[in-house]
Amino acid sequence: MYDFSIITTAIDQFLRSLMPSGLAIFIECVLVGACVLVAYIVLAIIMIFMERKVCAAFQCRLGPMRVGFWGTLQVFSDVFKMIIKEIIDLKRTDNMLYNLAPFLVVLSSVLTFSCLPFAKGMEVLDFNVGLFFLMATSSFGVLGIMLAGWSSNNKYSMIGAMRSGAQMVSYELSIGISMLTLVVLSGTLQLSEIVSRQSDAWFIVKGHIPAFIAFVIYLIAGNAETNRGPFDLPEAESELTAGYHTEYSGMGFGFFYVAEFMNLFIVSGIASTIFLGGWMPLHILGLDGFNAAMDYIPGVVWFLGKTFFVIWLLMWIRWTFPRLRIDQVITLEWKYLVPIGIVNLLIMTLCVVMGWTL
Amino acid sequence: MSYYVLLFTMIVASFLFVGLTMIIARLISPSSSNKNKSEAYECGIPTQGKTWMQFKVGYYLFAILFLMFDIETVFLFPWATIVQEMGKDAIFGISFFLFILIMGLAYAWRKKALEWK
Repeated sequence: MYDFSIITTAIDQFLRSLMPSGLAIFIECVLVGACVLVAYIVLAIIMIFMERKVCAAFQCRLGPMRVGFWGTLQVFSDVFKMIIKEIIDLKRTDNMLYNLAPFLVVLSSVLTFSCLPFAKGMEVLDFNVGLFFLMATSSFGVLGIMLAGWSSNNKYSMIGAMRSGAQMVSYELSIGISMLTLVVLSGTLQLSEIVSRQSDAWFIVKGHIPAFIAFVIYLIAGNAETNRGPFDLPEAESELTAGYHTEYSGMGFGFFYVAEFMNLFIVSGIASTIFLGGWMPLHILGLDGFNAAMDYIPGVVWFLGKTFFVIWLLMWIRWTFPRLRIDQVITLEWKYLVPIGIVNLLIMTLCVVMGWTL
Repeated sequence: MSYYVLLFTMIVASFLFVGLTMIIARLISPSSSNKNKSEAYECGIPTQGKTWMQFKVGYYLFAILFLMFDIETVFLFPWATIVQEMGKDAIFGISFFLFILIMGLAYAWRKKALEWK
């Protein structure tokens, strides 16, 4: 198995041999920050392209085809267009909050993004309360959205932000409960530790039926958390123009767009980490030759493969189901997902304590 | 390297990312001022009435409900990490807490706080 920490310690020792440790740590911080941001932007661009192609495939279209081979350069030209668009200063907005909102949204998604374990030794923030930290940081993305909607001084933005707030806040509960179910099974909150405890079998296999129910609940709640799919009523184009980012132009809108796609990546990344084994290769008990062959595939490939599989599932849901009404969204969460989640948590606890295997 | 240094790095990095990109975008993008351009965009119709006013109470009710239940999930996290060490005691320990949690949900349901009004 490839261990990425060999490379990081080598760089660390090389820098420390050249300069005092304070400067070395500073340079390492700059390197880490730059790497994470580059990965963030590259993944966002890949996902925007993927969304267009997948959406087109579900609607029997071809999607972008003209710019570059198979339209691969389309997204780059769109990013460039976004940067050179005029940023319009509005007259009656609450200026400070209006400009602060993109910062909060991006901060939330960058912090959550840097928690994900991409491979062995390749995680930036690996706290011993990792999952808890994830929940905390992902929850203040709502703040940015509420600020954006409120400070725009536009009725559509306001309604969109309110809907988004109620929806994201409600579905966070289900995400928390389905994560709890897996924490009971794993016995730790540290993300790297959670992955390494899945070396014999992924948690969705190890946890049997309760883990699978938790996975389904997590997917539904995660989809609602990213304001996509059948839950996209915060930005229902046909009724609210664009929801909370109606008044943002140019790069201000670009950040909301990128953060939304990266939230989808993060939700899928967490799903693949805690349910599908993260960077752990597929191991089948008894087939030693097969297991050894799987170990040769690097962890990053496994992680990204599983994550993009979950992303594809969520995109499939998005382009298949019609939009829900707000009362249906709230009913689904509070009357179905929360009670099922709590009962599922109890069943999982019983399974773990009694050693049952359903 | 301490994780708090990295956490601080990531916070600074994300702020720099947004700030610098906004500054660059402002430098290279065209700008022209127009009275109508700086108005709120409400589908082209002139804005009627105020936006910052009292809003539907339903949203706040769900925020309050969320606050209650989210704090309870926060209390469940430390318990969940030690279930395997505690064994059967874990179930007895948490059953009372979960009972109150479920009763709270049932009460809210009965009082029709979960309906969208």
